[in-house]
Amino acid sequence: MSLKKGSVAAHVVMGLMAIYFLLPFWWLLVAATKDNQGLFDSASLWFSDFHLIDNLKALFSQDNGVYLTWVRNSAFYAVVSGVGSTVVAALAGYAFAKLRFPGRNALFSLLLGLIMVPATALVLPTYLLMSQANLVDTIWAVILPSLLNPFGVYLLRVYVHDSIPEEMLEAARIDGAGELRVFTSVALPAMKPALVTVLLFGIVASWNNFFLPLVMLSDDQLYPLTVGLRSWYMSAIMGNGGAATFSVIVTGALMAIVPLIAAFLMLQRYWRGGLTIGAVK
Amino acid sequence: MTEVQTPPAAAPAAAGPSAAPGTRRSAKVKEAATGWLFALPFTILLIAFLLLPMGYAFKISLYRSTLLEGEVFAFFDNYQQAFSDPLVREGVVRVLIFGLVQTPVMIGIALVAALLIDATTSRFSRFFRLAAFVPYAVPVVIGTLMWGFLYSDSIGPLSGLGIDFVSGDTVLASLGNITTWQWAGYNMIVLYAALQGLPRETYESARIDGASEVQIALRIKTPMISSALILATLFTIMGTLQFFTEPLILQPLNPGAITQHYTPNVYAYNQAFSFQQYNYSAAISFLLGAVVFIGSYIFLFATRKRSALR
Repeated sequence: MSLKKGSVAAHVVMGLMAIYFLLPFWWLLVAATKDNQGLFDSASLWFSDFHLIDNLKALFSQDNGVYLTWVRNSAFYAVVSGVGSTVVAALAGYAFAKLRFPGRNALFSLLLGLIMVPATALVLPTYLLMSQANLVDTIWAVILPSLLNPFGVYLLRVYVHDSIPEEMLEAARIDGAGELRVFTSVALPAMKPALVTVLLFGIVASWNNFFLPLVMLSDDQLYPLTVGLRSWYMSAIMGNGGAATFSVIVTGALMAIVPLIAAFLMLQRYWRGGLTIGAVK
Repeated sequence: MTEVQTPPAAAPAAAGPSAAPGTRRSAKVKEAATGWLFALPFTILLIAFLLLPMGYAFKISLYRSTLLEGEVFAFFDNYQQAFSDPLVREGVVRVLIFGLVQTPVMIGIALVAALLIDATTSRFSRFFRLAAFVPYAVPVVIGTLMWGFLYSDSIGPLSGLGIDFVSGDTVLASLGNITTWQWAGYNMIVLYAALQGLPRETYESARIDGASEVQIALRIKTPMISSALILATLFTIMGTLQFFTEPLILQPLNPGAITQHYTPNVYAYNQAFSFQQYNYSAAISFLLGAVVFIGSYIFLFATRKRSALR
């Protein structure tokens, strides 16, 4: 290689950037092994006395073990919203791409027109409507709005349109399959890579969701992790009595991202697939 | 199950062009019915959770709630108030400054990182690609909490620097750092995917002509992914206009610096949930939504490149 020098420089730059991106994780990992006093007293980027087990015990017993409830809630909201929105998007995406029905083009244009409406602008009116329907502070207030994923419908429509040839569906119809059968046994298997991507993004979007549950929920037994950890953080900063200590919150933050990072590393192929479909096409 | 209705014997006959017109018409009707049935759940959700809230926000933004008469129709009074409200203006100016500084910095880092992983093939380069992307897998709330601790002058590793990261002068930059950390890797992957799609021959010939790797990266590769760059910039600006979660989480660290009207979204949130000014809050939300919405489309049509919306 004639470009050895350039390559060394490139690796130095990448090395510095990697430190920037990873240092916060290192700090979190180290901090989660210290007791609250150790957080204040010891050097923050290296281990001192090992208290991770104590911290975990404190984390899971804080406020009668509400942390585990939050984990369960987050998982429940994420799976139900993720699967639900993917099913809805698969049906609609397929219909837009392959089935001729009156109003199809109008409806799809409407979707394209509304895809850029920012979700944050809808949270307040959705809250007010939900409160008229007496659904505020229930799981439905978080799940129902998350079932709508216009971008997922758009992605699946493009995918079905480009990758499932008309002849394939026609052949199944000639063999006597009804429309539902054509969809479930011919189209769905062919849509699998795109479905996985839409599902993953749906699950992650819901797991990360903050604004919607923050506004909709006031019962801390219904909180997802994001809203719950923020409430602990608020109390700790304000110095409220009985509030979770920093060491508990730090451990809670670590526990919340470990499964995410594991899942992310295992499923990277789909992540990148999804980003590429979404942004470059 | 719908498939039962098709008589098996008729199937081979329907294949030819000589199929009875009646069968064909009923097939068309069936296709249309299936189409509607399939699109129905999405349509209901679109109406219930997009069109209806949008319409409702617009409607209540035209009303005022008064002590004596209850809800009173007020035309565009709330909008007029929003335009002349110095607190709204302050938030708007702040997110604009934030967007103008943070967006180029973040997209710049993402571009450099993308060009680097595109030009190198070592194992470290593959490791770096993952390292830069991991922050994106962290929920914004938790990423912000982490940085809140890192900025802390009592337990953070940066306390030795003697900088107050959440003072009135520094907190906007500190927030910018959080969003840069969280989103640079995501944009790097988007730009990297665009780079991977380029035809390699173009810069092979430049290389033979004696162009350096840096020249190739800046003069050939970067212009060729301009549409991906424009899209990434657009989505980032739209995101910064809606800035909400990060300032809300860091607020207790310094409520004097991160005010209740720090960004337009924080202001709208506080108007609604701290002061019960739903009508005014709806007007601000609606305005912000309209700006983001119209801005996106103007941007997409003005650039007219191959874009996400074909």
